[in-house]
Amino acid sequence: MARRAQPLSPAAGYGAALLVAALILGTLAAVALRAEPGRGLVTADWAAVRFTLVQASLSALFSVALAVPVARALARRRFAGRNLLIALLGAPFILPVIVAILGLLAVFGRAGWVSDALGLFGLEPLSIYGLHGVVLAHVFFNLPLATRLILQGWQEIPAERFRLAAQLDADARAMWQLLEAPMLARVVPGALAVVFAICLSSFAVALTLGGGPRATTIELAIYQAFSFDFDLGRAALLSAVQLLLTALAAMIALRAPVGEGFGSGLDRMLRRWDGRGAMARGFDGFWILFAALFLLLPLLAVVLSGLPGVLSLPASVWQAAGASILVAGASTLILLALALPMALAAALGRPLPMEIAGLLGLAASPLVIGTGLFILIYPVASPFALALPVTALVNAVMALPFAMRILIPAARDVITRHRRLALSLDMTGRPFILWVVLPRMRAQIGFAAGLAAALSMGDLGVIALFADPEVATLPLQVYRLMGAYQMQAAAGAALVLLCLSMGAFWILDRGGRWHAEA
Amino acid sequence: MKYSVFAAGLLGASAAFAETPELTVYTYDSFVSDWGPGPAVEKAFEEVCGCDLKLVGAGDGAALLARIKLEGNRSDADVVLGLDTNLTAAAKDSGLFADHSVSAEFDLPIAWEDATFVPYDWGYFAFVHNADADVPGDFKSLAASDTRIVIQDPRSSTPGLGLLMWVKAAYGGEAPTIWEGLADNIVTVTKGWSEAYGMFLEGEADMVLSYTTSPAYHLIAEEDASKAAASFAEGHYMQVEVAGKLAASDQPELADQFLQFMVSDAFQSVIPTTNWMYPAVTPEDGLPTGFETLITPEKSLLLPADQAAAVRDAALDEWRGALSR
Repeated sequence: MARRAQPLSPAAGYGAALLVAALILGTLAAVALRAEPGRGLVTADWAAVRFTLVQASLSALFSVALAVPVARALARRRFAGRNLLIALLGAPFILPVIVAILGLLAVFGRAGWVSDALGLFGLEPLSIYGLHGVVLAHVFFNLPLATRLILQGWQEIPAERFRLAAQLDADARAMWQLLEAPMLARVVPGALAVVFAICLSSFAVALTLGGGPRATTIELAIYQAFSFDFDLGRAALLSAVQLLLTALAAMIALRAPVGEGFGSGLDRMLRRWDGRGAMARGFDGFWILFAALFLLLPLLAVVLSGLPGVLSLPASVWQAAGASILVAGASTLILLALALPMALAAALGRPLPMEIAGLLGLAASPLVIGTGLFILIYPVASPFALALPVTALVNAVMALPFAMRILIPAARDVITRHRRLALSLDMTGRPFILWVVLPRMRAQIGFAAGLAAALSMGDLGVIALFADPEVATLPLQVYRLMGAYQMQAAAGAALVLLCLSMGAFWILDRGGRWHAEA
Repeated sequence: MKYSVFAAGLLGASAAFAETPELTVYTYDSFVSDWGPGPAVEKAFEEVCGCDLKLVGAGDGAALLARIKLEGNRSDADVVLGLDTNLTAAAKDSGLFADHSVSAEFDLPIAWEDATFVPYDWGYFAFVHNADADVPGDFKSLAASDTRIVIQDPRSSTPGLGLLMWVKAAYGGEAPTIWEGLADNIVTVTKGWSEAYGMFLEGEADMVLSYTTSPAYHLIAEEDASKAAASFAEGHYMQVEVAGKLAASDQPELADQFLQFMVSDAFQSVIPTTNWMYPAVTPEDGLPTGFETLITPEKSLLLPADQAAAVRDAALDEWRGALSR
């Protein structure tokens, strides 16, 4: 592609990508350099690599395969409470793992609602332990994200396209071939890569629902190397394997056809003329109902178990909630400062390095980043004093891949559409960002910011390593309460966390769409 | 750049308050929580030491040791509280700990002789179940039964490692056969105690690996007598929790004072109903009402620290091998 004149310079984006790569690879190097000669990778580690690959591939396939019809149904239908439903569907993604697992067990466990119902018919209770349990839980976590990413793709098809297709009397099949399938070919590989990368570093989910040592993931092997054997070299090596796998997956997935997109529309309200038949209605209804039941029942279980404890929560929980809000806010700002320039740089030129820099954040083991930062920070400052800033920074890097998937397509569209006009008006740099980019991308910025805030609110990666007793975040406090037999208080605190995450997501996501039709 | 300015500010701040010496104790998370012994211990010790006691939670026992090794000689910690005998050999090998000067009459089921580590509480691992359930009385009948249990992974939790040692101490070379028999009883293996105990309370399993003292929590704090611990004929493996002083401590006298305080009545009397373990030295007023209802194992099993460290890796391989089939 010949270099074209551009209204923006990608330099800031390259700078941000470099910073992210330096943080992740730098911490990895710090851990590796501190290592004494260890025993290297053992047979069991390769078994862990195999299991990790299998479960992550299956989880990504199922999550995305289910997300396509769900997103299609949500894109075609308008009904009361649709926005609320879409917001609620995002909740599983941001729950602390242990809370989500208990919620899932309340529904699908041996003593859960489904098993109880089966018992009424004299059937055996379900068993969700094993590979299928791991995949089920990962679909529960990632279906919402995959749905939102794909739904975004549907919403980016200009309304004029649908109008034109309707005027040409295109039936649902033609609509699919002309508009929907090409869009999916663009969006699905990225969604697959993101979900795969998330599941790659799964640890507590895979362990708890995997049923035993067979379900050992790389992340557990890293944990073992770190705290059971104190073999930092092996931890670093395993972490490098994990990074490599993600980078490979990303390269394969992102090589998929990019295409020219759908060109510009006039931002008209989206109206659909297809999918009016009874069959289509029934089909869409089924998928919406399926997603709602699958995702909301476990959440309902979390709410029901949390309600009795929520009124008698100790002050420490509210303090922790304050700390979490602070971290989430800071993390969201850092994320936007990194992701926006990176997304714009990707839209201006070569997207692959940006995507990979972004995905690294997912594949890096929080334990290794945390330990690496600890080694780096320790000589200059007290890790305790930096617990919250470091958590905010790492959470921002972890949310980066999601933000990139959300922002890049929108950035690409804005630049393609407005590049020529802006250049002819000599509007470049700051004015272009302020007057053209930000207003056009605010829905995506809001969505990305909401996700980042919510994710950061529920994250327990690094804080555990740096935590100071006085400044625990809410997820850490949930674990501490459970560890002290305070299951009731823990359930209450988990409900508070759920509300905070949902609230943060709702406010930012809605904020981005204020006075805009989505 | 910003960080070093920040750090300078912190250093300046701590220099300004240097009149009150600060004793930093690293411990596990549940020790410092509102319901743990932390708040009471801090208050009681600060009344007598003229110092500021800073309790820092750092994960669980294994993570605690990793943390200390990571910080090495430059650690801020003066005392580490919360290792158990499965970890003390590795801790001693690190050369980071100094010998203690504590003398006390310990009330442990075993003789305690360790120049470096001082025990502050102990307990027996046990499978906890609903009191009305009919449960097996040893590992072999457990393996033969269809009782469902949930256990913790030895690689990520101290109780999980404790169970590994329990089977090893009771059965030695026969341990792999026992694990093979248990494989179909194990509902799942969790990362830590909290997940496993939560799953048990939700009804996912008939029994959960915990402590003989767990039913005391339900009885005393929740007035709920519905939980009991199964008594196993092989005997029960013990967990002895210890603390040690770091050789590089800048407050060695205060650290010694803390270790001595740790075995005194003020500390020991809060242990039973906050850490839900047996105190290492029985307080003058005895154990709280409710503890007399707990089972008392006929045999106490405990591998000496060096032996526990020596068999650890092999036992882990056996465990993994038997359960991966």
